[in-house]
Amino acid sequence: MTGSMRIGVVTFPGSLDDRDAARAVAIAGGEPVTLWHGQDDLHGVQAVVLPGGFSYGDYLRCGAISRFAPIMRSVVDHARHGLPVLGICNGFQILCESHLLPGALTRNASRHFVCRDQRLLIEDTTAAWTCAYQPGQQITVPLKNGEGCYVADDRTLDELEGSGRVIARYLQVNPNGSRRDIAGIRNERGNVVGLMPHPEHAVESLTGPGTDGLGFFTSVLQSLMDEARR
Amino acid sequence: MARVVVDVMLKSEILDPQGRAVQGALGRLGLAGVAQVRQGKQFVIDLEGELDDERWALLQRLAGELLSNPVIEDYRIHRVQDGA
Repeated sequence: MTGSMRIGVVTFPGSLDDRDAARAVAIAGGEPVTLWHGQDDLHGVQAVVLPGGFSYGDYLRCGAISRFAPIMRSVVDHARHGLPVLGICNGFQILCESHLLPGALTRNASRHFVCRDQRLLIEDTTAAWTCAYQPGQQITVPLKNGEGCYVADDRTLDELEGSGRVIARYLQVNPNGSRRDIAGIRNERGNVVGLMPHPEHAVESLTGPGTDGLGFFTSVLQSLMDEARR
Repeated sequence: MARVVVDVMLKSEILDPQGRAVQGALGRLGLAGVAQVRQGKQFVIDLEGELDDERWALLQRLAGELLSNPVIEDYRIHRVQDGA
């Protein structure tokens, strides 16, 4: 391997989990690169994480204003050409608002903000961000959201399931009322992944429920290395 | 001055937990027989000068792109005479 992989982490006004996401990248063995919402320069990064938080205060709709930030023009453009992008929580909302992923995230059916260690079933391991897992593997990572209810029409849901694009489902408890227990999805190509729970908070046993989340970050490093070898 | 109003509502098939909370509160405050409450948003946009065709067309586009999300919401846009 020639030098470490540069993974960008975008900070929007109101991002909360950008530092944790950068730390997870570093623990996985990558080089985190700070990206600012107001610039359209990706600084040559090989993948991008859109972190959790409340970008632009969640005003209008979660992710609706961030979608038009200068950095997102570059992220959307490069994602369409294969750049791996992981949107976590608010990042997932931004990816849906940007139409890089289908569907939308709405207010939790319970009306409550939910914060818990969430059991997940990993279903698809072909994506750039999931290839380090085994199909059917169960993991536990923190989940914390008020608007994490994944919705899409039945045709879209059928298509996602039929093409193996549901990457993770909630186990035991559906914390937010998401259709068909969906916790995360990918695009057709597999480079863009959106996930409501927070793998970046489960990369060190001292501060998280375990290290089950690290696989998302080692996955992208692995897939970039595989890509480079080709 | 010209005024444009955009009303945004969740599509009928999308669960509206806020509306449901309001429905419960209305019942607790003595209003019997509330079958359903749906909560929406209203944007009141005041423009300097006249509303020409170009700005009207742009506003119609932005109502669907920014002010509402067509996956979960419907919108209605209309201009209000003399900005009253």
